[in-house]
Amino acid sequence: MKTRRVFVVGTAEEIPPGTSKIANIEGRSVGVFNIDGEYFAVRNTCPHASGPLCQGVRSGMVVSKEPGHYEYIRRGEFIRCPWHQWEFDIRTGQSWFDPHKSRVRRYDVRVETGAELLTEDAELVRAGLEKGPYVAETYPVTRDGEYVVVTL
Amino acid sequence: MTWRIDCDVHNAVPDISALFAYLPTRWSDYCVEHGVDSLAPNYYPPNMAFTAKPEARTGEAEPGSDAAVVGKQVLDEGEIDIAILNCLYAIQPIHNEDWAVAMARAVNDWQAAHWLEVDNRFRASIVVPTQSPERAAEEIHRAAENRGFVQVLLLAFSEMPLGRRCYWPIFQAAAENGLPVGVHPGIAGANPLLPTGWPSYCIEDYAAASGAMQSQLVSLVCEGAFQKYATLKVVMLESGVSWLPSLMWRLDKNWKGLRREIPWVNEPPSTVIRDHVRFTVAPFDGPERADEVLRLVDQMGSTELLLYASDYPHWHHRDAETSLLRHLSSEERAKVTGGNAAELYRLDADQVVR
Amino acid sequence: MASPVTAASSPVPESTGVGLIDCDVHNVVPSDAALRPYLPAKWRSYAELVGSRTYSPYVKGYRYPKVSPAGGSRVDAWPSSGQLPGSDLDFMREQLLDQYGVDRAILNCLYRAAEQRNEEYGAALARAVNEWQIENWLERDSRLRASVTVAFETPDLAATEIERAAQHPGFVQVLLFPRTKEPLGRRRYWPLFEAAARCGLPVGIHFASTTVTPITSGGWPSYYIEDHTVMSMAFQAQLTSLIMEGVFDRFPDLKLVLIEGGFAWVPPLMWRLDDLYHRMRDEVPHLRRLPSEYVRDQVKITTQPMEEPENPRHLLDLIEQVGRQTLMFSTDYPHWDFDNPRRAFQVKLPKDLSELIMRENARSFYRL
Repeated sequence: MKTRRVFVVGTAEEIPPGTSKIANIEGRSVGVFNIDGEYFAVRNTCPHASGPLCQGVRSGMVVSKEPGHYEYIRRGEFIRCPWHQWEFDIRTGQSWFDPHKSRVRRYDVRVETGAELLTEDAELVRAGLEKGPYVAETYPVTRDGEYVVVTL
Repeated sequence: MTWRIDCDVHNAVPDISALFAYLPTRWSDYCVEHGVDSLAPNYYPPNMAFTAKPEARTGEAEPGSDAAVVGKQVLDEGEIDIAILNCLYAIQPIHNEDWAVAMARAVNDWQAAHWLEVDNRFRASIVVPTQSPERAAEEIHRAAENRGFVQVLLLAFSEMPLGRRCYWPIFQAAAENGLPVGVHPGIAGANPLLPTGWPSYCIEDYAAASGAMQSQLVSLVCEGAFQKYATLKVVMLESGVSWLPSLMWRLDKNWKGLRREIPWVNEPPSTVIRDHVRFTVAPFDGPERADEVLRLVDQMGSTELLLYASDYPHWHHRDAETSLLRHLSSEERAKVTGGNAAELYRLDADQVVR
Repeated sequence: MASPVTAASSPVPESTGVGLIDCDVHNVVPSDAALRPYLPAKWRSYAELVGSRTYSPYVKGYRYPKVSPAGGSRVDAWPSSGQLPGSDLDFMREQLLDQYGVDRAILNCLYRAAEQRNEEYGAALARAVNEWQIENWLERDSRLRASVTVAFETPDLAATEIERAAQHPGFVQVLLFPRTKEPLGRRRYWPLFEAAARCGLPVGIHFASTTVTPITSGGWPSYYIEDHTVMSMAFQAQLTSLIMEGVFDRFPDLKLVLIEGGFAWVPPLMWRLDDLYHRMRDEVPHLRRLPSEYVRDQVKITTQPMEEPENPRHLLDLIEQVGRQTLMFSTDYPHWDFDNPRRAFQVKLPKDLSELIMRENARSFYRL
């Protein structure tokens, strides 16, 4: 079994809500984000073209029911890669915006279960968005007293 | 039965006086008193070879202006069951909205009397005054009562991009009447024909039509016209098809990064296009080699996107038969030559008389 | 005239990468003040008393807000100095040249001298930009080459500047934008092409949103995604114009480079133009060859933004159709749709093809 190792990336004071810190953990660049007191760690490499994902703009998601209607949701919970502007959910690392690429799947019909709709993704699924093929690497991150700790 | 449907045939108004019977006298007298003797479109210079096939140049008459000649040359000799007429008489660039509305009505009534009633193998597109989208919608509702009208015709060199919301009354009226909207090269606005200004040569104008059509397609997709009107179908007429894969790749790629600007487009633009848009195959501007033709069709995604057309009386270097159809399987040929159009225009078998 | 670029004043690290040639890198004028030292007193005074007057409704110039500040720059490309992305050579070295082992980079400064409605001021600005490029870029790093900025809507003044700047060996190209008042093949622009051909400089046309003529022949669209997508139509229109007006016939030594306009549209446009030519050649009897032949022989195209066919294998077919001698790699640093040299192609290129696109085509074309 692979040994899990724990790294201290900073103090909690260093990463207050709404902010992030990019840490170098054994040669791997990792972005640690604080969303309303919860911490999330995302590898600072975009799975699309290897851009420094965590250095991108942190924003919300714009969804729409129909032309001219905008709903701006989950502000601060998405990161846009500075190269090509793909959007990733900081909580899950999921890219929402590259569609299923494979030609054979073009006509797939996806049925989301009730359980799935209760997850973080519910609003996006309701907005008609589909998960892309890319997921940025994420790591467990916790607060241990004064310290923020990432597990690799 | 295997149908043959020609989705782009141009019927010409022989002379402006042919419309007078369908105009209020205020407007027929206006034409006479003010010296308006023709609204023939300048986009097709009369002398140039491509403007009309040699056999369509019969004496002094405007090519495409005689229903009997068109019936013989397109339907009988071409073994076509149904021909869809797209009249390009230039109503759309008229600056005076009220005159434009009257002229569009007159063209449609003239089409009904001189074409639809003369030969039941003809169908026609409704010419609309895009100068006023609300009144264009009224004209669609009025004309659509005649089942011979199967489409609404818009021109690609428009005043504003056709996807913009000001034009939506037209799409709504088309959708309510179950009519596809055809977009055809032609000058409706006052914009330069290129994003770089006015070119010198007709060959540039004609080459530019594919750019105009692509820009309109991008506008229709990005503005969300197909989200707003889920049943809306658009037919891109007379501007080739070979550009479609490259456009879909570019737009899909941009959508992945810039999606949040148009959040109502919640599936890839290529999917929207394949679901809602069809393309006539004359002129076929694809490659000559069979393997490249088949690759192009593969990249478009399906022969279901393609509609046969002759583009009569325009005279092209290659026709659809030799450049495209002969490379397809018999099943695919049947779809392109008739099946796709029958479905799109909801033509029933009993309507077809050969 | 300044000394040749080979006399670099700072040490240049040995190449560590693949010996890449990047055909589209943007060096940015950090502020108008940076150009002041290179302007004659008359125009320094004009800049203070009047300043920039363009076709844009906005002082800042944009028509469509780009996807990020500083003209759509990568947000990770801001130097720690706080200067604009692309304005700090040291940071460009670190983030691009050294990082990816770029042996030669072609700088395309997008300063908009040509948009000045005061034409002579525009020409003075263009000249100032070129002097600024020599002193701050070409003479500071021997890996750099640059394009000559010209006020291309004033072709006689542009021709004069081409002749002047061409004396510096660091300039390897003349830079135009695809958005012009008239199609570039038209007679009024010929002095510019004549000067470029005489000086042995290719003419590059680089992506640019401008305000002179609507980006579609159906008027202005609503969104940046439309502006960006249909920009390729402007490239096609310019290429068509240059062919049909006989510019390649009149200036047989002229070479053209299409930069950041895509390349998947090239085969369809060539099919279309060749097809139309068969029926409409009477109108353009001055053409000596099929339209596609001019493209094959006199046109190069840069790769960014990389085409991404739905079926990645079609990229290889596309490259062969466009011509393996035609494509030259580019990153578009520091802009948002930067292509990473190591990840740009969705399929692995055969080694010989990769050599051509990543290096050899550009090396022989620009004689680097």
